[in-house]
Amino acid sequence: MEITLHTPVQEWYVNTTNNDLSYWGLDYPPLTAYQSFFHGLVLDRFEPESVALHTSRGYETPSSKRLMRWTVLTSDAIIFFPAVFAFSMAFHHQRRFDESAWAFAVILLQPALILIDHGHFQYNCISLGLTLGAVASICLHRDYLASVLFCLALNHKQMSAYYAPAFFAYLFGKSIRKKNPIFEVMKLGVAVIGTFLLCWWPFLHSRTAEAVLLRLAPLQRGIFEDYVANFWCASSLVVKWKQIFPNTVLAYLALFATLVSFLPSVVQQIRSPSHRGFLLSLFNSSLSFYLFSYQVHEKSILLPLIPASLLILEDFSLYRGMILCAMFSMFPLLRRDGLVVPYIATFALHLLLLNVPFLEKSLSHVKERQHPSLKYMSDGLLFTGCLIDLLYLLIEPPPRYPFLFEALNSLLVFICLVLIGLHSHIQQWSATSTHEQIDADKVKMN
Amino acid sequence: MRGTKQQQQHELQRQQAQKPMNGLREVLWMASVATCIKMLLMPTYHSTDFEVHRHWLALTASLPLNQWYIDETSPWTLDYPPFFAWFEYVLSFFARIVDPVIVDLTRGLKYDAASAVYFQRGSVMCSDLLLFLGTWRFCRNFPLKLQILSYLAIFFSPGLLMVDHIHFQYNGFLLGVLLLSVSYLKEGNDLTGGIMFAILLCFKHLFAIAAPVYFVYLLRHYCHDLARFLKLGFSVMLVILTAFGPFLYYGQIAQVLRRLFPFGRGLCHAYWAPNFWALYNAVDKMLSYLLRMLGFDVVMEKAAMTGGLVGDSKAHAILPQITPGLSMFLVLLSMSPCLIKIWRKPRRDNLLICVVYAYTCGYIFGWHVHEKASLHFVIPLVLAAVDSVKVAKEYYFVSIVSYYSLFPLLFEPREYPVKMIFLVLHSTAMWYGFAINFAPQTQTSVKESELKERNGCMSLCIKKKMFIAGLVGLEIYVQLIHHLVFEERLPFLPLMLISVYCSIGLMYAWLKQLSFVIEL
Repeated sequence: MEITLHTPVQEWYVNTTNNDLSYWGLDYPPLTAYQSFFHGLVLDRFEPESVALHTSRGYETPSSKRLMRWTVLTSDAIIFFPAVFAFSMAFHHQRRFDESAWAFAVILLQPALILIDHGHFQYNCISLGLTLGAVASICLHRDYLASVLFCLALNHKQMSAYYAPAFFAYLFGKSIRKKNPIFEVMKLGVAVIGTFLLCWWPFLHSRTAEAVLLRLAPLQRGIFEDYVANFWCASSLVVKWKQIFPNTVLAYLALFATLVSFLPSVVQQIRSPSHRGFLLSLFNSSLSFYLFSYQVHEKSILLPLIPASLLILEDFSLYRGMILCAMFSMFPLLRRDGLVVPYIATFALHLLLLNVPFLEKSLSHVKERQHPSLKYMSDGLLFTGCLIDLLYLLIEPPPRYPFLFEALNSLLVFICLVLIGLHSHIQQWSATSTHEQIDADKVKMN
Repeated sequence: MRGTKQQQQHELQRQQAQKPMNGLREVLWMASVATCIKMLLMPTYHSTDFEVHRHWLALTASLPLNQWYIDETSPWTLDYPPFFAWFEYVLSFFARIVDPVIVDLTRGLKYDAASAVYFQRGSVMCSDLLLFLGTWRFCRNFPLKLQILSYLAIFFSPGLLMVDHIHFQYNGFLLGVLLLSVSYLKEGNDLTGGIMFAILLCFKHLFAIAAPVYFVYLLRHYCHDLARFLKLGFSVMLVILTAFGPFLYYGQIAQVLRRLFPFGRGLCHAYWAPNFWALYNAVDKMLSYLLRMLGFDVVMEKAAMTGGLVGDSKAHAILPQITPGLSMFLVLLSMSPCLIKIWRKPRRDNLLICVVYAYTCGYIFGWHVHEKASLHFVIPLVLAAVDSVKVAKEYYFVSIVSYYSLFPLLFEPREYPVKMIFLVLHSTAMWYGFAINFAPQTQTSVKESELKERNGCMSLCIKKKMFIAGLVGLEIYVQLIHHLVFEERLPFLPLMLISVYCSIGLMYAWLKQLSFVIEL
C-alpha cells in the first residue's frame, strides 16, 4: 500500500530508491497492486502514518491493524460472499433448500480460508472470489463473463493459474462442439487478451512488463520452502533434489511433472465437457499443480480446497478428506503465527458443521453416498493428524531431527492427497453419460 | 379418524419426551459449538474482574483459611461467600501447574500473560458445563424443538458471552446451579431443590433475593408436617455451616459479613444499571438543572452517587435520599404479590415465573445493582417462554433491551462488531425460533384447552417495535452523532441516555411480569 500510494505506476515493480524490492516488494500481478492502491487510499484517510513512504515500515498500532483487517473483511464480503451465493444459485438450484443452504454455509465458513485471510493476513478471498464468479458464470452458460472473471483472478494472483488448464479444457471442449469452432475460440481469445490488456495497460506503456514478470516468477527461491505436502518435499526424504539439480533444471522438471499430471483431466474435459466434470477438473488440475509445481507454498492448499467444497453435495467423502488434509497441512504455518487456539476452534466448528444432528435426516443421502475407502482414509487421517499435532505442541523434537513433526505431518498429508487425487481422477473419467448428454444437447441448441 | 391420528402423534411425542437421554446429542452438539465460539473469544478485552479472580486464585492458594477474608494485599478483596472461595482454591491447583506465577500473591499482581488468560478463560468455559447440565436437566422432557430453542437461547446468549467470556465473570455455572435447583423443584423433588439453592447462596449471595420465594414455596408445598420442616431446615443449616462454619470457628463471621455486604458503596454503580434508581437519578438531575435555571440555589454534587461513599455526601439534590433499608423494603414490597400467590397456590408450574419475578424485583429496586444482574432473570425466563407465546413476547423484548444495556461493558472498538453481531444474530435466530414454534399448525404438543390459552403467533406490539427501533437510533447517536455534536463535552451523556432508555424498557418488563404473577 505504501509503495502503490506514493510512487508512480512505472516504479511499482522496479527497484528504485523509493521502492526497495528486497523489503517485501510486490510479487503479485497488477490487480493486487491496484487493490493495494485503493486500500492505501482508505488507510491514508484514517491513519496516514501507517502508509507513509519509508517511515511506515514495521508500523503497527491497534487502529492500523484494525483498519487493515477491515480491508480484508470488506473485500471478502464484497467479492467472495456474492460469488459463493451466485455459485450456489447456479449449481445447487435443483437441490432441496436444506442441502443447498448447508452447502452454502460449508463453503463460506471455510476454516482454512478464514485463518489464512483473516489470521495470517492475505487477500485470497479476492482472487478466489473472482474465480468462483467465473465458475458460477460457467454453470450459467455465460462463457465470456467466465473468461473475463478468470483473467481478472489470474491478474490478481498468479497462483490462480492452477485452475487455468481446467478452464481452458472446458471452454475449448465446448467451443469445438459448436458450429464455428475457430470463430468461438477467437471470440474467447479476444475476451482473454482484452482483459489482460486492460489490467497491464500502465505497464505496457512504459515497458516495465518484463520487470513485473520477473517479480512474478521468483525462480531463485528454490523448488520448495519449509515443509509443504507436495511431491518434491516428500520425495526429498529419499532423493535430495536441491543437491542434485540446479534450480533451472528443477523448474523444467516441475513443469514437466505438472503437465503430465493434469493432462488426463484436461483431455477428459475436451472430450466431454460437463459442469460436474469441470468442477472435478478444477480440483484435479489445482491438485496436480500443488503436488508437482515449483515453489509451492503451504497456503496454496486453498486452491484445491475450494473446488472440493463446491463438490460437497456431489461427493462428500472427497471434501471431507480434502478439508482434513488442508487443515493438518497448515498447522505448522499457523503455529508459527500464534494461531493455535483459533485453529482448533475453527477446525472443530467446521467438523461440527459437517455433522449437524438436526440436519441428519435431510443430509442422509449425501452422507450415504460416501466412498468407504475414502471415508476410512479420512477417519485415519483425522486420528493420526490430531496425534501428530498434539505431539508437535507438547513435545520437543529430538535435536537430530528438529523438523521431525513438520516432516511427518507433510508426509501424511501428501499420501492422503495422492489417494484423493487418484479417487477424483477416477470420478472425473467415469462421469455419467447423463451429464454429457445434457450439456451436449445444450451446446447443440446454441 | 383425524382425532385418533392426532392422538397417536401426541402419544408418540409424549413417549419420546419421556426418554431420559432425550436431546442429549443436540445438547452436546450445541455445547461444543458454543465452546468453540468461546475459544475464539479468548484474546478479547477483559476487565478488572479478570485480575479480581486471578487474585482470588492466588489468595486461596497461598494463604491459610483464616486469612482469606482478612488479607488486603490487593484492593480486590474476597467478597463472595466461602463456597466460591473453595472453587477458586480447587482451580488454583490447576493454575499452579499451568503457570505458578498466576497464584503468587505478590508477583502475580496484575499478571495477565497469555498463560493466565488462557487458564482463566478456560476455567470459565469448563465451569459452563454446569450451565449445560442445568439447562438440559430442566429441558429434557420438552419436545425436541423446544429443547433446541432453549439451548439456542441460553448457550449462545449474547449476555453470557459478553459478560462471562469477554468481560470475564463466572455467571454461567452459577446460573446452571440455579437451573438445576429449579429443575428439581419442577420434578417435585423439593428437598434436593432446596439444598441446591442453599448451595447456590453459598457461592454467590446475590441469588438470595429469591430466597423468600423459595422459603414460602417450600413451606407450603413441602413442609406438610413438622418432621419435613425439620428435615429441610436441618439440611439447609448443614449447608450453611459447611460454608461458614470454619469462619465461625475462627471468630471471623463479622468480617466475612462486612466483606459480603459492602453497603458503603453508593446507590448506583458508575454506569447506572437500568433500573428504577436510574430513572430516579435522572429525574433528580433534571429537576436540579431546572430549578437552577429558575434561579434557586441548588447544591449539586458531581457524580456523587457513583462514588464509593454514602452518608457524608448528598447523593440526590432534590428528591429524597435513598437508604439501603428503603431499597430492601421496596424490593420486598414489590415481591409481595408473588409471595402471596405462592402462599395461596404453591404449584410447581408457577415456580419458575415467580423466581424470575423475584430477581427482576431485586434488579429494579436493589442497592448498588450491576447491570450484569439482569442475566439472573433473563436466562431463566426463556425456559418459561418456550411454551407460552405470551411469555415469549415479553422474553424477546426484555432480552434485547437487557443485552443492549450490557454493551457499555465492552467499550473497546475491537469488540464492537463482535457484540453487535452477537446481538443481531441471536435476536434474529430467537425470533425465527419462536415464530416457527408458535405457528398455529405446529402446536402439537399441548391439549386443546391449553391451546386456547397459549395460542397466537409470535409478534410484537407496535409499542415494543418502536422501542426497539429507538434502541437503534440511540446506538447511532451514541456512536456517531454525540461526538459530532458535542465533541468532548458532556462525556457522561451517552451512558446516561442508554441507562435511562433501557430502564424504561426494563421497568415495563417488570410490570408485565407482575401482571403474569397476578394472573397465576
